[in-house]
Amino acid sequence: MTDMTGFVELWVYLSATPLFGLTATLVTYVLAHAFYMRMHQAAWANPVLWSVVLIAVARLITHVPYPRYFSGAQFIHFLLGPAVVALAWPLWQRRADLRARWGRLLLAAVLGGAAASGSAVALAWAMGLPQEIVLSMAPKSVTAPVAMGIAEKIGGIPALSAVFAVLTGLVGAVSGRFLFRLLNIPTTTNGWVARGFSLGTAAHGIGAARAMQVNVDAGAYAGLALGLQVVLASILVPLVFHFLR
Amino acid sequence: MNNKADMEGLRGLAWLLVMQTAGELLARLLPLSLPGPVIGMMLLLVALRWSAVRLPVSSCADFLLKHLSLLFVPVGVGVMAHLNLLGDYGLRILVVVVLSTWCGLIVTVLVLSRSPRDD
Repeated sequence: MTDMTGFVELWVYLSATPLFGLTATLVTYVLAHAFYMRMHQAAWANPVLWSVVLIAVARLITHVPYPRYFSGAQFIHFLLGPAVVALAWPLWQRRADLRARWGRLLLAAVLGGAAASGSAVALAWAMGLPQEIVLSMAPKSVTAPVAMGIAEKIGGIPALSAVFAVLTGLVGAVSGRFLFRLLNIPTTTNGWVARGFSLGTAAHGIGAARAMQVNVDAGAYAGLALGLQVVLASILVPLVFHFLR
Repeated sequence: MNNKADMEGLRGLAWLLVMQTAGELLARLLPLSLPGPVIGMMLLLVALRWSAVRLPVSSCADFLLKHLSLLFVPVGVGVMAHLNLLGDYGLRILVVVVLSTWCGLIVTVLVLSRSPRDD
């Protein structure tokens, strides 16, 4: 019995320190990634998806509130900023190629972004969802923190937009390969460029992370696409909704 | 291994943080609706022409981007904690998210793969 209370005390102490959230995140991801490699990088074995599910379940069982988990996980979360800055590196390496096809890429980014955002809003409206939810759908193809900022501007609910953005990223990362195969997109350099750019456009960072694991060209163009989408969506989504009112 | 190579990764990280900080400052000083890190990315793209920036940044950037997936885990866990926000609309929302994501993926990939360079 004394052993048990000792254990509980130790647990209460450990789970309250930032060390706990940080360790849990890193260890779970390392394991999920090992599983992903063993499954020959199958899309359904996506390491982000499984890490998130495992930690969420563990958090429910152990009753660790999210803010306490995040006090440790924030050290990993913080690196998202420098990682976005780092996207300049794969772009710089492909600058000659970028110069050659920038027009087509910009067209794909505008049309793809409009298709994702427009279809989300139209479908949500057609299915009779409440207006706040419809509006929160508009910025869902950009990375969560940016989606929240846009949602605030157009009268959506920021937390909801973050939820939609992460779900969108996971859907894209998991289903992209099947969709591309269905459309007969080749695995040539041009095919990888198209696949990667498409994932970065419609499924932001989570899709781009998947592209980077599969092919270097796909990864680089996914990075470019997600950067472009952030720029385009931050400017165009509020503008469109301003005129719709 | 010489001293310079030892410091390369750290110097790279320092450059990334400097660019991000400059980006955050510009985002606040100028009437731009762009996030700081995105402006930082544009600044770095310009700065990469100098080898003093390029060499350290390359090793650090490759490492960070290789493990980009990991960085989304904390946000993802947060989303799971907020799933109750979806309430009674969960299924319809899921349908909308899946279909619209496919729509975006298909349009983008078709615009690019029908590029004249393929013909």
